[in-house]
Amino acid sequence: MTAISRTSALQKASASLAHMPLAAVARPTFGRTADPGELAEIARAVRLKIVRTIALAGLGHVGGDLSVTDILTTLYFGVLDIDPAHPEKPDRDRFILSKGHCAAAFYSVLSLRGFFDPDAVDTFMEPLAALNGHPNRRKIPGVEANTGPLGHGLPIGVGAAAGARLAGKAWRTFVVLGDGELQEGSNWEAAMTAGHRGLANLTVIVDRNRFQQGAGTETTNRLEPLGDKFRSFGWEAIDVDGHDTAALFAILAAHGTDKPRAVIAKTYKGRGVSFMEDKVDWHHKVPNAEQVQIALEELSK
Amino acid sequence: MSAPEPPRAAGAPETFDCRVAFAEELTALARVDRRIVAVCNDSVGSSNLMAFQKEFPDRLINVGIAEQNMVGVGAGLANAGFIPFVCAAAPFLTGRATEQIKADCAYSQYPVVLCGMSPGMAYGELGPTHHSIEDFAWMRAISELTILVPADPQETRQAVRWASQAGRPIFMRVGRFKIPAVTSPADRFEPGRIATLREGNDVTIAAIGTMVSRALDAADLLKEQGISARVLNVSTLKPLDEDTILKAARETGRIVTAEEAVVSGGLGGAIAETVSQHHPVPIRILGVTGFAPTGNTQFLLDHFGLNAAGIVDAALSLIGKGAH
Repeated sequence: MTAISRTSALQKASASLAHMPLAAVARPTFGRTADPGELAEIARAVRLKIVRTIALAGLGHVGGDLSVTDILTTLYFGVLDIDPAHPEKPDRDRFILSKGHCAAAFYSVLSLRGFFDPDAVDTFMEPLAALNGHPNRRKIPGVEANTGPLGHGLPIGVGAAAGARLAGKAWRTFVVLGDGELQEGSNWEAAMTAGHRGLANLTVIVDRNRFQQGAGTETTNRLEPLGDKFRSFGWEAIDVDGHDTAALFAILAAHGTDKPRAVIAKTYKGRGVSFMEDKVDWHHKVPNAEQVQIALEELSK
Repeated sequence: MSAPEPPRAAGAPETFDCRVAFAEELTALARVDRRIVAVCNDSVGSSNLMAFQKEFPDRLINVGIAEQNMVGVGAGLANAGFIPFVCAAAPFLTGRATEQIKADCAYSQYPVVLCGMSPGMAYGELGPTHHSIEDFAWMRAISELTILVPADPQETRQAVRWASQAGRPIFMRVGRFKIPAVTSPADRFEPGRIATLREGNDVTIAAIGTMVSRALDAADLLKEQGISARVLNVSTLKPLDEDTILKAARETGRIVTAEEAVVSGGLGGAIAETVSQHHPVPIRILGVTGFAPTGNTQFLLDHFGLNAAGIVDAALSLIGKGAH
């Protein structure tokens, strides 16, 4: 396998995509499924795309991308009521990626679901590309909020969920938070509001990989007991294996009780690539050509 | 929270708290547009939303004392198809939630109307923590955010009506400190356009919000000295109506700016940026210099020379003593 680089023929071919508006494709690479095995297969394709995307860009947050992959895949291919051909359909489910730095995973999932051409993901972070290092809803179909600064997604999700209830609509709101991000106080302002208002149409999934940028969450600024924290704010909190698509699907597809729900998904940074897995160094380190090749081979097995 | 104001002197014009007009208009609009909701940070009373709450209890979303959450919730409500008016004391709205205003509202282009209540030095004696004099500079620095500063109750109503249907993020100051009417019933607020309230050829006074009535008083005083002052009401601070500003620079050759805000990055800064690049003329920038001492709003405005006399002095200094 040849090394992936900016100068590859493939990259030259895709360069023109950087300046084109993104639009839904006629036939998504993968459609909706409730089969956990199929979801796991799609997640494998997503991981391959993430590694390739970051290798091409020479930039990205590969550790968190790979930890959140199964969560995003289960949501987008199994759970969310969305239509890539009509990304702004009023009664769609809302999804907000609060950990906006995991854009490579998000774009891979959106494109494979049919929101835009998967080849366009090769333009990730190219000059003038729609696919910025953090998502921009004004350029990318399917993005609900321009996240990046941490602690923004949950308040927006609370507003969306409150709006759905006020309008008497059945659509649901899902927010994926990084775990380190829960050190931002704005999350707890929003958690208090959601608990107070009993927003049962709101589900948070915490990508609990236990690492933030430079160290573990528990050595930096302790989050545990995280489930109890949410419960004390009036939420239902559930632990789940964040890499088990069957378990994720079972929990996320079901509607909750009369409370907002926090799904604390135990995950591993760099999941699926042996030398990255559970290593804090791979927060935003970029693999070299040899490492990329090993990663792609491991993920292809 | 300021001491009760002394009774109006005989002959002095009636003055108004613009929050009253704001709330009446918002409530009236909410009756015909079900998408309109209000979001606040425990400020039901200080944002004058009691009547709105009584009529539309479900459509007033009070998130408690949590400004970052409040602005994010506003963006989420816009995502759900509502038109949120997010109301909070201006210093806390613009200071505490700057990043939410930037990312969730402006960059995301959600049509949230951010209502900065009791701006400037309206909280007088409560001091600099409660003064919102940095908001012009902070909000001006955010791209694609419209900034409205109505100068009286009628303009407040018209600005609220326009904002509710504008479909874009807006920051609006809603004054608490009582000011007289400066527009007449026939006047129509035009977003993005600076209204010329008084024609004049010797000097231009560009004023905003509370300072507009004082600019008109200053023009009267200057007229007694034979000086013809043009008065501009800058009710849209951003985007700035550059044509009207440059026309004033060309035709009067001198500009005094007056704002209840710090002298860096606000109205004076905006006008200087335009004039210095396209038609340089001498400018005097009147505003607040430094953290304010203790005092009520009227005292503080006088303390910083934000009154007719201060504007007259600035105009005379530009013209040069004895020139007229």
